[in-house]
Amino acid sequence: MAQTVDARQALPERELVPSPPVDLGAAVKWGLIAGMTAVFVSAIGMVQAFEVRSVVVGVDLGYLVLFGAALVFGYAAARPGEQLEGFLAPERGVRNVAAGLIAGLVGGAVLWLFVLLIGAVDIRSVFPSVSPQLRDLLTFGRGAGFAAAALIGGFGLVGALGGGIPVLPERIRAPLVNALAWVLAFGLFEDLFAQIFRGAKVPFLEDLLYQPGGGLSLVGALIVFVLFFAVYLSTASRRETVRSRIATMSPSERRRWVGVGLVVAIVILAVLPQILGNFLSEVFDLAGIFLMMALGLNIVVGYAGLLDLGYVAFFAVGAYTTAVLTSPGSPRWSPEMTFVAALPFIVLAAAMAGIMVGTPVLRMRGDYLAIVTLGFGEIARLLFLSDWLKPYFGGAQGILQIPPLELGPLTFRSSLDFFYPIYAFVLVFAYVSWALQNSRIGRGWMAMREDEPVAEVMGVDVVKAKLTAFVIGAILASFGGALFAHKIGSVFPHSFQILVSIVVLVIIIVGGIGSIPGVVVGALILVGAPELLREFAEFRYLIYGVLLIFMMLKKPEGFIPSRQRARELHQEEMMQDAWLRKEEEAAAAAGS
Amino acid sequence: METGADRGGDGRRPILELRDVDTHYGPIQILKDVTIEIYPGEIVCLLGGNASGKTTTLKTILGYVEPSHGAVFLDGEEISGLPTQERVRRGISMVPENRRLFKRMTVRENLEMGAYLRDDREGIEEDMERVFELFPRVKDRLNQRAGTLSGGEQQMVAVGRALMARPKVLLMDEPSMGLAPVLVAQNFEIIEQIHEQGTTVFVVEQNANMALSIADRGYVLQTGQIVLADTASALLENPEMKKAYLGELE
Repeated sequence: MAQTVDARQALPERELVPSPPVDLGAAVKWGLIAGMTAVFVSAIGMVQAFEVRSVVVGVDLGYLVLFGAALVFGYAAARPGEQLEGFLAPERGVRNVAAGLIAGLVGGAVLWLFVLLIGAVDIRSVFPSVSPQLRDLLTFGRGAGFAAAALIGGFGLVGALGGGIPVLPERIRAPLVNALAWVLAFGLFEDLFAQIFRGAKVPFLEDLLYQPGGGLSLVGALIVFVLFFAVYLSTASRRETVRSRIATMSPSERRRWVGVGLVVAIVILAVLPQILGNFLSEVFDLAGIFLMMALGLNIVVGYAGLLDLGYVAFFAVGAYTTAVLTSPGSPRWSPEMTFVAALPFIVLAAAMAGIMVGTPVLRMRGDYLAIVTLGFGEIARLLFLSDWLKPYFGGAQGILQIPPLELGPLTFRSSLDFFYPIYAFVLVFAYVSWALQNSRIGRGWMAMREDEPVAEVMGVDVVKAKLTAFVIGAILASFGGALFAHKIGSVFPHSFQILVSIVVLVIIIVGGIGSIPGVVVGALILVGAPELLREFAEFRYLIYGVLLIFMMLKKPEGFIPSRQRARELHQEEMMQDAWLRKEEEAAAAAGS
Repeated sequence: METGADRGGDGRRPILELRDVDTHYGPIQILKDVTIEIYPGEIVCLLGGNASGKTTTLKTILGYVEPSHGAVFLDGEEISGLPTQERVRRGISMVPENRRLFKRMTVRENLEMGAYLRDDREGIEEDMERVFELFPRVKDRLNQRAGTLSGGEQQMVAVGRALMARPKVLLMDEPSMGLAPVLVAQNFEIIEQIHEQGTTVFVVEQNANMALSIADRGYVLQTGQIVLADTASALLENPEMKKAYLGELE
């Protein structure tokens, strides 16, 4: 017998302690938050504004948002804490549901108190939305007594349902949540789905899923739910293997799949506008223009790490250059060029604008850079608005009569037509972004973002790298501006508010900084979705704000983080596992 | 083209030379008439306390500041006046103080950044292999993010990254700064190792004992002037040195 002792046996095993149960006191806190949220969305008029849209079987979006608060915070209250070292896995059971119930009851009570308050005191001078109609809505038109029962009971019930989510076994939980999300999506984006059914020549699906007055029918909701639940349930295990297979793919193999994906994307893009029709194409056009800008800003902020808050300036330069060069209505000088003839000048103007903004800020970093570029963005808008440049750019009256886009023999007039040039450019720019990411200048940008002085010692010409980033970013945005000008047919200074810069920035942050698929998803969600949900229009920036805070707290890397980062993380884990296995084998060998 | 003088006595030409360099920050003079010569294959150290001008000397070599008088030569060609990246291209490479790896990039990406200005794929691969030979542990960590490495491993990657440029002379800024004694010793072993492979090293260091133990020659900088220049062994015996820098009590 060998004398060596297994090191693991020599050490006393530590007893695992049960994890602390879900904190019911904290559930009260979550309930208060739920209640405040419900009061807030009521007081700012969201519930009323959303009342008009029926989502599922007559339940309107207003109530959905209201009771959604109970569901979300009920879940938050019931979610078990992180499993710490030395503890057993937290128990999931009745206590979780109870926590959700408590959160719901407290939230309902808060909202009920609000109903009592607005019944007794008129606060319309401060909150114009707090009207008798709102009170009717919150009391279901039946007085305070019924409201107490309905709100507290309803919130409690929904909160308990939210609390029940963590109790479900993992295998069912994910498909269930995903299927519910799809039901919600089908209800919310009725216009989109109905139009797709009509366009795809399967109109009977529309009649099957949706009720005449709007919203999913009971049958429709059930069909969608069952369908997606089944799909998610049956593919759950396969998705995992596919994912690990993607992670271990060789670069050439991956490139091949990317190629296949690209072909599929092109086919879909070619067919899509025909199915979507004119109105929905409009939505996608707008998302595409923002997507173009987001791809450009992704290079400046995501790759090179230069926080540019005045990005709208380049969009404006592109739009105004196009307007001056192509419109017969250009005030001072109107060469009435075609888009193709004007293109080199647009690129030139954008590049010059990029250098003009980039040069003075070469020595600045971080916050300072952000503030200065913010100023540049406003300067651009004010210049186009100014009396000084009015003879050239028309001041507040802008430039009208921009002709439709012409590319050779093709003329693009309608939103449906515009879909093609916009997404063709998007594809080109996505490719350019991807190629840049893997180029020498791309690596230089990344190193510069990480540590500028050291990058310089490695031989990166940081002046050139920064200016290149600004110029390429400016050119991409100017294309967005040019297409925008042709599409709208006119340009005005007020189209180039600072909000444009911010929306583009939010797109890349929410999507995932540095990640091209992330930028695409970000643009579709943040620009496309609100256009489809017109009721959201007023609250758009509120929702952006909430989304941004949530992302920063919970998912700072974005919805779809750049693949490189994901891969690195994944490999780290795999290597740790491999190391652990080796250690164990060594220990086992020593023990035998 | 100006040619560096043969002052080595044996007909050799210095690989890196600072000749009569004065450097100013605005009206304030930092370096006064600094002359340093480093010959191929040597380890030379520049010693000095805080604010003695060590960092400015490095900045002058790399081109962050230009000398107001005098010049810097690399392999006989004047490089003062050239932009930093051109100096790097010609064969100066640096291991910065505190390593300064690109923490969120992988070890491989860090090493590749060292070869940023090179186009010879095969040569880069070769040098990568050389780095692995020197530091086998780096090879195991290739796809890990640099920020997750231990201090010692990070130092290896930092040196490897600098070597990837295939430098004529390697500058090391305070390799012992902020490291545990074990790591300091390990660090100087690394320097000796790469020196044995034929790399010329210029170490800028406060830790005079450690630096002189591996160096061939040393310069002592005091308020911007070279006050002592001798072989390492002579400096170790120099009574003034002992008193001022080697911490020896009488």
